[in-house]
Amino acid sequence: MAEKFLSGDEAFAEGIRLACPEVISAYPITPQTIVVEKLSEMVEDGSLDAEFIHVESEHSALSCAMGASAAGVRAFTATSSQGLLYMAECLYYASGGRFPIVMMNANRSTALPWNIYGDQRDSLSQLDSGWIQAYAENAQESLDLALMSYYIAEHKNVSTPFMVNLDGFILTHTYEQVDVPTPEQAKAFLPAYQTENKLDLDNPKNMAFSAGPDTNYIFKYKEHAAMFRAIPVIKEAEEKFAEIFGRTYSGLLDAYRTEDAEYILITLGSIAGLCREIADTLREKSLKAGVLRIRYMRPFPAEEIVKAVSPAKAIAVLEKDISFGNEGTVFTNICSALQGGNITAPAYNFIGGLGGRNISHQDIISIFEKIQSGTAKRVNFIGIGEGENT
Amino acid sequence: MTEILWLGRGGQGAFTAAKILGAAFALHPACHALAFPSFGPERRGAPVRAFTKLDSKPISDRSETEKADYIIILDDTLYSDALRNLLKPDGKILINTKQTENKPLIAFDGDALARELKLPVVNTVMMGALAGLSGIVSVQNLDEAIQKYMPEKIREKNKTAVRKAAEEAGTL
Repeated sequence: MAEKFLSGDEAFAEGIRLACPEVISAYPITPQTIVVEKLSEMVEDGSLDAEFIHVESEHSALSCAMGASAAGVRAFTATSSQGLLYMAECLYYASGGRFPIVMMNANRSTALPWNIYGDQRDSLSQLDSGWIQAYAENAQESLDLALMSYYIAEHKNVSTPFMVNLDGFILTHTYEQVDVPTPEQAKAFLPAYQTENKLDLDNPKNMAFSAGPDTNYIFKYKEHAAMFRAIPVIKEAEEKFAEIFGRTYSGLLDAYRTEDAEYILITLGSIAGLCREIADTLREKSLKAGVLRIRYMRPFPAEEIVKAVSPAKAIAVLEKDISFGNEGTVFTNICSALQGGNITAPAYNFIGGLGGRNISHQDIISIFEKIQSGTAKRVNFIGIGEGENT
Repeated sequence: MTEILWLGRGGQGAFTAAKILGAAFALHPACHALAFPSFGPERRGAPVRAFTKLDSKPISDRSETEKADYIIILDDTLYSDALRNLLKPDGKILINTKQTENKPLIAFDGDALARELKLPVVNTVMMGALAGLSGIVSVQNLDEAIQKYMPEKIREKNKTAVRKAAEEAGTL
C-alpha cells in the first residue's frame, strides 16, 4: 500500500484502476470530470488496460456500458446531476437487464436554478431505478467502495448495477490521505468477472427482451429479491476486504455512540463526520447524542435502523434533499422503517445543504437542541423559514 | 486543529499551495490534513479561497473554516478589515504586500522574491513564508510534497522559493 494525498475523485479513479474494468464510457460533467480525466490518463500511460470510449451524452455513456456488460466484460461509467437524470431511462434498462455496471455519481444539485454544487437530490430521485446505492463519507471509503462495488454487483446472487455516490466538491474535490492498495491486493480481493448473462456464440440466448403481463411482474419481483440478497454479500465483501486490506466497514449503517444515545441524528454522506464531532461535544455537556450514517440507501437498512435507534427519545434525519410537496425522501424512508419497527420516539426532518450551502457546526448543534427540547417541527429547513413546515 | 485560509485570485495557485501544505504536513506518521478549494467554477482573476486543516487525528469536519489560525493573502487588494473576524483570538494574517505599515498584519513582499526567482505566481513563496514564520511544517517536508505533487519542470524553482521565503520570513 502507498499513502497518497488525493481528492475523492482521484481516489475513486485509483480504485477503478485497481478493479480493472475492460470498458470505460466517459462523458464529463462537473464535479465528476476529474474521475474520467484521471482514468483517461491511466489508459493513455498503459497503467490501465481498458477501452476508453468517448461518448456524446450520458444517455450514451450508460448505453455503452450496458453493451459492454452484455458482452460479458466489466464496465464503468460516471456522472452527476443532470447527467444522471439524462441517463435515467437507461438506469432502468441496466437494472432490469441485470447488468452489474458500477457507476460513480458525484452528488450535485439539479437545475433550475442551475447550480454545480453538492446536494443529494440527483441520486435520491433515482432510488426506484433498481440500482444499489451507496454513499461514501471520505476519500478512502470512496476508493474502497470502487473495489467493493464490483464484488457485490457481480456476485451471482446479486447481478445488479451499483451506484457509488460522492458528495460533490465536499468529497470529490477535497484532498486527504488515502491508502492506495497494490494491484496484487486488489486482485486477491476481486475475482475476474464471470457471467452467463452475456452474448455468447457458443451458448446463444435472447437478451433484453419483452415480457408481457404474465411474466413481467415476476422479473420485477426477482429484481427486488436480488437487491435484498445483496445484504449478505455486502457483509461477505467487507469481511474479505478487511482480511486483505485491514480496513473494516460496517455494512448498511455506520453507527456512532448510538448504543445508549437518547438523541440520534441520522444522515448520509460527507456531513456525518461533523455530526460525530458535534455529538462528542454535546456528550461532554451531558446530552446523550449519537449519529447513524446510512451507507446504503438501497437495499434500505430498515431493520438495522430500527435496532440502532431503539434507545432514542427523539430522532433527527438530516438530508440534502427535498421531495417537493412532501418532505425529504430519506426521512420518508426512515419513517416507514420506524413505523414497521414500532418505534414511537418522535422523528424530525432537517433539510439543509441544498445547492451546496454550507452546513455549519451551529446548525448541527441546533438540530440536537431542537429535538431534545421538542421545539423542532416535523420538517425543518436549516437556515431558512423556521415556520415553513408541512 | 490548525486551520489556514488562503485568499487569492484565480490563477495564483492558492489551492495548489493549500494542497501542498496539507500533503507536506501529512508526511508525518501521526499527522492528518484536509485541503479543499472554495468550490465552484474556476475563473482567472476572480477572488478564490482555499482551506487547509491540520491535526494530530483524522479530520472529519469538512465544513468551511469559520475561525482560522492563519489567513494567507496572495493579493493585497483582497484584504479587508472584516477578515479579522475570521481569525481565532491569536490568529495571524500573512499578506503579500510592499506596504510595511500594515500592523498587526504580517507583511511579506512575496512578489519581490517571486520576481527574483522568475516565478509567475507567489503561492509557494507565501507557503514558504508561512513555514518560516509559524514552524507548522518544515521546509524539508514542503520540499518532499513539491517533489510528489508538482510537475517536474517547475519543482526546483518552487523548492527554492519555499526555502528562500522561509529563511526570509524566519527573521520577521
